[in-house]
Amino acid sequence: MKEKLSNLSNRINAFIESNKKIVYPVLAILILGLPYVGSSQYILRIIIMIGVYSMLSLSLGLVTGYAGQVSLGHAAFYAIGAYVSALVSISFNLNFFITAPIAAFIAGICGLLLGLPTLRLSGTYLAITTLGFCEVVRMVLLNWESVTRGPLGISRIPKPSFLGIELTISNFGLYYLMVAFLALTTLAVVAIVRSKMGRALMAIREDELAATMMGVKTTYYKVAAFVISAFFSGLAGAFYAHMIRFIDPNTFTFDTSIMILSIVILGGMGTIGGMFLGSALLVSFPEVLRFLQEYRFVVYGAVLVVMMRYRPQGILGGQKKTPYKLPKGGG
Amino acid sequence: MVLQQLSNGLTLGMVYALIAVGYSLVFGILRLVNFSHGSVYAFGAHMAMLFVSMQFGIIPAFILSIVLTGILGIAIDKMALAPLRAKKSKGIAALITTIGISYIIQNVLMITFGSQTKFFPKLFDFGSIYIGGVAFNTTQICISGVSLMLLLILSCVIRYTKVGLAMRAVEQNQKAANLMGIDVNFVVTFTFFLGGASAAIAGTLISGYYQIVYPNMGFVAGLKAFSAAVLGGIGVLYGSIFGGLVVGISESFAAAYLGGSYRDAVAFLILIIVLLIKPTGLFGKKGITKV
Amino acid sequence: MAFLEVKGITKLFGGLTAVDKVSLQVEKGEIVSIIGPNGAGKTTLFNMLTGVYTLSEGEIIFEGKIIHNRTPQEIVQAGLARTFQNIRLFAEMRVIENVLVGMHINTHYTFLDLLFRTKKFRSVESEKHRTAVEILESIGLKDKMHNYATNLPYGDQRRLEIARAISTNAKILLLDEPAAGMNPQESEELLRFIRGLRDKGYTIILIEHDMNVVMNISDRIYVIDHGKKIAEGLPAEIANNKKVIEAYLGRSE
Repeated sequence: MKEKLSNLSNRINAFIESNKKIVYPVLAILILGLPYVGSSQYILRIIIMIGVYSMLSLSLGLVTGYAGQVSLGHAAFYAIGAYVSALVSISFNLNFFITAPIAAFIAGICGLLLGLPTLRLSGTYLAITTLGFCEVVRMVLLNWESVTRGPLGISRIPKPSFLGIELTISNFGLYYLMVAFLALTTLAVVAIVRSKMGRALMAIREDELAATMMGVKTTYYKVAAFVISAFFSGLAGAFYAHMIRFIDPNTFTFDTSIMILSIVILGGMGTIGGMFLGSALLVSFPEVLRFLQEYRFVVYGAVLVVMMRYRPQGILGGQKKTPYKLPKGGG
Repeated sequence: MVLQQLSNGLTLGMVYALIAVGYSLVFGILRLVNFSHGSVYAFGAHMAMLFVSMQFGIIPAFILSIVLTGILGIAIDKMALAPLRAKKSKGIAALITTIGISYIIQNVLMITFGSQTKFFPKLFDFGSIYIGGVAFNTTQICISGVSLMLLLILSCVIRYTKVGLAMRAVEQNQKAANLMGIDVNFVVTFTFFLGGASAAIAGTLISGYYQIVYPNMGFVAGLKAFSAAVLGGIGVLYGSIFGGLVVGISESFAAAYLGGSYRDAVAFLILIIVLLIKPTGLFGKKGITKV
Repeated sequence: MAFLEVKGITKLFGGLTAVDKVSLQVEKGEIVSIIGPNGAGKTTLFNMLTGVYTLSEGEIIFEGKIIHNRTPQEIVQAGLARTFQNIRLFAEMRVIENVLVGMHINTHYTFLDLLFRTKKFRSVESEKHRTAVEILESIGLKDKMHNYATNLPYGDQRRLEIARAISTNAKILLLDEPAAGMNPQESEELLRFIRGLRDKGYTIILIEHDMNVVMNISDRIYVIDHGKKIAEGLPAEIANNKKVIEAYLGRSE
């Protein structure tokens, strides 16, 4: 079983690698044409949520999958992005395309403030402080009623509009907006991973001391990855707020953080494709297996425990059989 | 007023210390922050509630809960963590595993008992004692007393018994301890039992104090106890006690003077300040990097 | 002043003196060995030289500049790179990626360059990859550059560690028991390679147990016992030094 799984993922990798010129355009057409293939609003909504979680897990993946640091606070950045974008757009009557970057930026700054004291230390401190941070953010959302409207939440958040057209699920606007956001996130993460920064992050994951002795400024890179991660989680939050149009403090709890972490672990730490696969599996499973609804959170926990024991590299993770890709003119 | 808050804070602090000790013990032996500790604490409180509701009487319920929770602690180690050690997995794998376990326990409690808060009978209520015009609540005195006693017993076990000696040896150097004929696996099992048992005691005491039980109770309590352990220097027993008292007292003062809504944020604030200024904690030893 | 000047450095761990007022001079283009029984403080000395430990006392001066108060990262940048006694490769990374991490400090482009895949980014990356392949070729690992480090045989892992240290552009290489666990043929090959490095202008400080290796390759030898320097000199002098023989074999009376 184990063998089969890694063989399969290796074969898929090899296939994609050797048929790049066909696979990517076909994939692009499939993605762009998807809404027209008779999907219901219900299905489309689930697919968009898979996109949201892919953004979240890609960003957490940078921190946990590549740099090997566990964060349990990604729901907090998701929340900050959602609240900032919703509040700014309502109070100042601004367009989503202005408020979303602001929201992402502020989430990034929060990431910086949290990352600086914790990332100098061993990984565990990050895990616990991010957990605490998540709780504090929720407390602030609940109690700072003059701004956040407390437990009532924020309703009637304006829909994103582009050139005067409101983007909704039924006119596919939200779907394409999601595709664009997700593409942006993916491109950024891929660019980071395939550079000296990505190599530095992986080196930190593999052996932090050895990385230090090679001159890698480990704290700097960990904090940088964390900030970028918070930025994209904030962006995902902004999208979510304007799609659902109602948010309250209970939308963003520890459960969300655990779900994102489970996606990263299930899909495979240190992979990009695994984040999409993991999101598709874990977002759709409570919809498909309705009778497990009550147990869904137990399942997320079990994913963590079982994967760590039997396949810590996740479904798509682990060593690849395809050769290392040298850049043009390199070697 | 000040004295009243101090006495509230001391009571909370002693219980936090009891939870914090669980983090410290496991960390000392395995260099692992046991994330599941908070939900083990909630599990203990729920077991006590269950047995009380089954008319076992307070004391037998207490003892049964301690034993069961201790066994849960052992089960967590044997089923999930020991296999990782055998495989020589990376530290991150154990960390993620304990996060997963914590989440499973919490949600199983939620499914079994429901997510709403449930009533727990008040423990040790003998009215109030007046000393110099200040009312001292007997519940508080008894809770502090019981916690203090248990902490003392625990330090005696570690200090003077054979198994305590073995624990200290494993903490210093697992390999050498093993070569000296110490059964390292037994020491780890024993440590998890102690951690689980002390969490159950703390859970029952706090439930008896606030008179409520709910599945998520371990989340914030765990965070506070962890802050306490880090403040005192994680792995140092008396550090945990000191840290617990600081966290408990500052929390009760914050609740009184800043309002109840942010009381839970105080521990987090303390944690961040400690990490910024002295990450090894007040009594922590500086580790030597082995290269 | 010598190329690397170590003046009376001391390291205390609590009450224990791991390294006690040791002084060394290393000239450019030398192979200097540090030998001594187990637990003599050799690796601690390396840790002090590379900034893992702060000094309790003493000075380290490299090319006329004080380096002992710098971070490990700054010391690598200055030109001292090391290998580890217990191999510490980036296990789940490819062989070539390990070398590329070694080149990290010499890979210069900004975050925006990498984000937008600018021309500068592409040219720097391909240049660094070329150099990495060259380094691997020189140490005989080119055929294995696609492998994951953890899958290499032991001897290859030791060599990859050296390759990674070289790729930092270091002037001094500190090799901590590079021949440990190698068979005679492998270690013979390694010696040739290390000599080759010296001929290319590298300065090498070696910790080694194997007396054969040490006597063969060293220009000069320092002997450390119980944290103290007990002898220094040419290989022939060390081989006949009474104190050294005592330290290794125990007192004869």
